[in-house]
Amino acid sequence: MTVRIGVVLFPGSNRDIDAVNALEVAGAEPVILWHDEVALDGVAGILLPGGFAYGDYLRAGVIARFSPVMRAVSAFAADGGLVLGICNGFQVLTEAHLLPGALLRNRGLRFVSREVRIAAERSDTPFSHLLGERRPLRMPVAHGEGAFFADDATLDQLEANGQVLFRYVRADGSPAGGEEDRVNPNGSLRAIAGVINAAGNVAGLMPHPETAVEAVLGSDDGLGIIASFVASAAEHERADGPVLVGTR
Amino acid sequence: MTLTAEAPAVPEEPLHRRLGVTDEELAAIRDRLGGRDPNDLELAMFSVMWSEHCSYKSSRPLLRTLPMGSAADGVVAGPGENAGVIDIGDGLAVAFKIESHNHPSAVEPTQGAATGVGGILRDIFTMGARPIAVLDALRFGDPADARTRHLVEGVVKGVGGYGNCVGVPTVGGELVFDPSYAGNPLVNVMAIGLLDLDDLTLAAAPGAGNLVVLFGSTTGRDGIGGASVLASATFGDQDASKRPSVQVGDPFAEKLLIEASLELIRGGLVVGLQDLGAGGITCATSETADRAGTGMRVELAAIPRREPRMEPFEVLISESQERMLAIVEPARWPAVRAVCERWGLPVAAIGTVTDDGDVTVVDEAGVELARIPASALTSDAIVHQRVASPPVRRRAAPAPGAPSTASEGLPERGMDPGAVLTALLGSANLASRHPVFEQYDSTVQANTVEGPGHGAAVIRIKGSTKALVATTDANQAVGKLDPWLGAALSVAEATRNVSITGARPLGVTNCLNYGDPTRPEAFWQLSEGVRGLADACRALGLPVTGGNVSLYNESPTGAIAPTPEIGVVGLLDDVALRVGPGWRATGDRILLVGESTPGLAGSAYADLAGIAAEDGPPSLDLERERRVQAFVREAVERGLLASAQDVSGGGLAVALAECSLWADRDRGLGAHIRLAVASSPAVDLFGESPSRIVISAEPRHVPAVVLLARQHGLPIEDLGEVMDPPGDGTAARLVVELHGSGATGAAEDRGSRVADALIVGLDELRHAWEGGLSRALGWEAR
Repeated sequence: MTVRIGVVLFPGSNRDIDAVNALEVAGAEPVILWHDEVALDGVAGILLPGGFAYGDYLRAGVIARFSPVMRAVSAFAADGGLVLGICNGFQVLTEAHLLPGALLRNRGLRFVSREVRIAAERSDTPFSHLLGERRPLRMPVAHGEGAFFADDATLDQLEANGQVLFRYVRADGSPAGGEEDRVNPNGSLRAIAGVINAAGNVAGLMPHPETAVEAVLGSDDGLGIIASFVASAAEHERADGPVLVGTR
Repeated sequence: MTLTAEAPAVPEEPLHRRLGVTDEELAAIRDRLGGRDPNDLELAMFSVMWSEHCSYKSSRPLLRTLPMGSAADGVVAGPGENAGVIDIGDGLAVAFKIESHNHPSAVEPTQGAATGVGGILRDIFTMGARPIAVLDALRFGDPADARTRHLVEGVVKGVGGYGNCVGVPTVGGELVFDPSYAGNPLVNVMAIGLLDLDDLTLAAAPGAGNLVVLFGSTTGRDGIGGASVLASATFGDQDASKRPSVQVGDPFAEKLLIEASLELIRGGLVVGLQDLGAGGITCATSETADRAGTGMRVELAAIPRREPRMEPFEVLISESQERMLAIVEPARWPAVRAVCERWGLPVAAIGTVTDDGDVTVVDEAGVELARIPASALTSDAIVHQRVASPPVRRRAAPAPGAPSTASEGLPERGMDPGAVLTALLGSANLASRHPVFEQYDSTVQANTVEGPGHGAAVIRIKGSTKALVATTDANQAVGKLDPWLGAALSVAEATRNVSITGARPLGVTNCLNYGDPTRPEAFWQLSEGVRGLADACRALGLPVTGGNVSLYNESPTGAIAPTPEIGVVGLLDDVALRVGPGWRATGDRILLVGESTPGLAGSAYADLAGIAAEDGPPSLDLERERRVQAFVREAVERGLLASAQDVSGGGLAVALAECSLWADRDRGLGAHIRLAVASSPAVDLFGESPSRIVISAEPRHVPAVVLLARQHGLPIEDLGEVMDPPGDGTAARLVVELHGSGATGAAEDRGSRVADALIVGLDELRHAWEGGLSRALGWEAR
C-alpha cells in the first residue's frame, strides 16, 4: 500500500504542484489538506509546500500559522508525526514555533531564483537517511525571505544539538562562507539552508528538493530528501507510532 | 507679489473631446444609435471601447492581412479570442498570447508591469488553460540614465513580484536598451497555458436568460480610463497626473482567481468566461454578447464595489484588476457561488443575457441608464483609414526588403578582434541577463527543462515525452532602417531560436509597438511591419494566432523604434532529443550552416564601433531561412547534432563565445576555429546576417550532417573543433584564425593593422559577459 502524505494547501500556495509531483515520483500518494479544515484524513506525514500563503503581504507565513489546519499540524507534530516544510512551508513552521530561528529578507533585499548546492549535515534523520554520500545536492531556490537568522546562542545550541540539517555549499562540497558569499544565496547565518527540531520529526529548508526530482528538469538530487521523508512516514505508519532517528 | 487675477474663463471643451472622442467619431456614434445623441454614460462607454487600445481602429485593416491559420495548422482559436489555441495532440492544446503594458509601466513601473503580467495571465486561463509560463520582453533607454535605472528597477520588481506570487514561472524574455525607448519603455508580456481540449472555453454569452456573473475582486476607482487616457495617446510632460489611471495588481487575488476559474470550467459550471481588462465591465459585457449575437442587461446596483458613491460611469469603465465575468445557466448559479466562496472571492449575479442585441444598463428602480447595440461597441466600432508615407531621407534608402550592397568600405580601425568580442559580450545588450532573471521564479510547477539565459525556454509536458519551446524576439535596430525587414527578421530569429532545439514552431503571437498612427510616417512603419510579419509567417508556414497592437509610443523625446515583438511557441515530440546551444564534448567538430552576407547596419558591432549606417542592413532570404530551420530540425531529430546555436546579436564571434561559455553546465569548453574571411573581418566575425546557425557534432556524424545540409540546398562549412583547456593550468580559450582574401593580407594592403587571429581566454569572456549588465545599470555593489 502506498503511503499517504498530506500536502497543505493555503490560498496562495503554488509549489503544491511541485510537491504533489515529487511525492508521486517518490511513490507516495499525495492528499491535499485544505487550509480551513482540521481533519488530517489519516495521513502518515505532512508536507507544507512553497508559495505565498494568504499572499504573504505582511511577512511570510505570519497569517498561515493561525489557520485551522495549522492547529492540526501542530498537534500532529506534537504526537511525533513527520512534518516537512519547504520554502514558504519552512517560513510557516518557524512562525508557528515548530522550528527554531526566523527567515528574514534576503541579503540585497531581492527575490533570488537560481540553482544552489546544499549538503546534509546529518544522514541519520527521517529527512536525509537515504541521501547516502551524495553531495553536494543541486536544486533551485526561489524566495524573497530566506535568510536564516537566530541569535548566536541559539545558533551555537542548534549546532551542538545537531539541528542544522542542510547548509549551502560550493561545487566541491565545502561549506559556503559568510553572508557575503554568493554561494550562500540569501545571506543565511552560518550558511544554514535547513534545520530540524530537537525531537527530530519536524524539518524545514528553503531550497526546493521537490522541484529537483527528475533528470529532465536538470537535477534529481532532491529526490533523496523526498524519498527519505516518504520512507520514514511509511515506517512510522507501519510501526503505528513514532520511529525516529534520535537527535544527538 | 500680489495675488494675480483669476484666469479668464476658457470655454469648456465638449465632453466627447475631453474623453478623446473626435467630432467625426461622435457622428459615427450617432449613426449607430439610430441618430440620437449618446447620453454622458453612453459616451463614456463608447470612449473606452472606441479607444485605439480596445477597438484597433487604426490597425484593424492591416491585421486582416495576416495569415490566421486554420484547423489544418491545428489552430482551434485564433485572433479575436482572448488567446490563440493550438492542438498539440493527445487531447491537449497550448494557449498563448503576448500583450503590452507600455504606458502604465512608464507612469508607474512596478504596478504597470505587475498588472501587465496579471492581464495576460487572465487571457490564458479565461480559455480554460492553466498558465505554465511567462516570458517578458522589456525595452528601455540608456542604462546609464537615472530615469532608465528607476524604470528597470520598478518593472523588474513588478514582473517578478506578480509572477513569483501567482506561481507561474518566468522562463524567458528580453531586456534591450536603445535610446529611442528613453521616454517610452516597452513592457510586453507573453503567457503560455496548457489545457485539455475538452476544457476550451470561449468568451461568449450564449443563451438568453443565462446569468451574468462577476467574480474576483470588487470594483473600485482604480484604472479609470486606462485604455483611453493612457494607452491611446502620446505622452506629454505631465505623466504624474495620469497615475490614477494605472491599475493596482493583487497577485494573491489572481492566484485564487486562476484556481476558481479552472475549477468552474472543469466542473462544467460556466458556458462562457471573459476576463476584465481594458474597458472593464463595458468591454466584457459587450464583447461576450457580440460574439454570441446576444444582448445583456446589467443591473448597476448588483456590482460589488470597494468604494462608496461611485458614479455609474466609474463602475462601468473601471479597470480594477483580478475580475472575471462568467455566463452561467440559472440552475448552476448556486454551484458557481459555492466555488467562488470556497476560494474567498466576492461573487454576484449582475445581470442576464438577452436576445435584443443591446447592452443595457439599469439602476435599482429598473430605469434604463444606457442602451447601446453590443456590436456598436466592438465589432462595428469605427475604423480609420490612416495615411502611410515613408519618411523623406536626405539620402535615398534602399527599397524595403531589397538586398543590400556590399560593405567593403567599412573601416576596421585597427581593431583587435578579441577586444571587440570581449566588449560586445560585456555590452548592455549582449551581457548575461542573470542579474534580472534571477529575480524571477523560473522553476515553480516543476516543468522547466531550460529556463532563462540560454536561448529558447523549454517546458516539459508532464506525463508525456513532449515539451513546449518558447521565445520572444524583436529587431528594433534594423526596424529603424527598414520596418519591413525588421519585422521579417524578428519572425525569422524567433522561429530559428525554437527550431535549433529541434522543436517545430506551432504559431506566432505578436505585439506591435509603434508610434502615433495619425502621423503618416509612423503609420507607414506599422503597415510595413505588418507586411513583414505576414510575409515571414507565410514563407515559414506559420499561423498568426493573435496578439496586440500598442500605438502612440511616443514621448517628448520622440517616437520609439518600430518594435514588432514576436512570440513563438514550438513543440518537441521527445524532450530527450533536444539539443542546447553549448558545446557538448571535446573533439566534436564545429560547423557553420548558411553564409555570411554583407551589411553591418543595425548590428551590435556598428553600435559599439559608433559606425553610422553607411551601408544597408543584411538582407533576408525567407526561403533560405525556411530551409535552414527545416535542416536543423531534421538533424536534431536524427540525433546528428551535439549542439546548435543561431547567429544573431554580435554575429558569429558572439555565437561561438556563447557556445563555449555555456558548454558543460556553464563550466565552459574551448574551441579552435579557422575562418575564411571573404570581405572584411568585421563582417565575418561580427556581422548579423540571418539564416545562419553554428552546430557541433561528433566527428562520425559530420558526413551525414554535411550531406543533409546539401540536400536542403544549404552551404555548410567545417569551422574547427571543440577543445579542452590547454593543460597548463590556464583557462580554455576561444581561438579564431582568420585566413582568406579578406583577412590579414588584404587588410595590410589597405594599411590597417588587423590581427590575424582572435585569441581570448574563456575566463576573460565570462567576466565580461557575467558582469556586463550590472556594470551598465550600476548594480555592481549588490
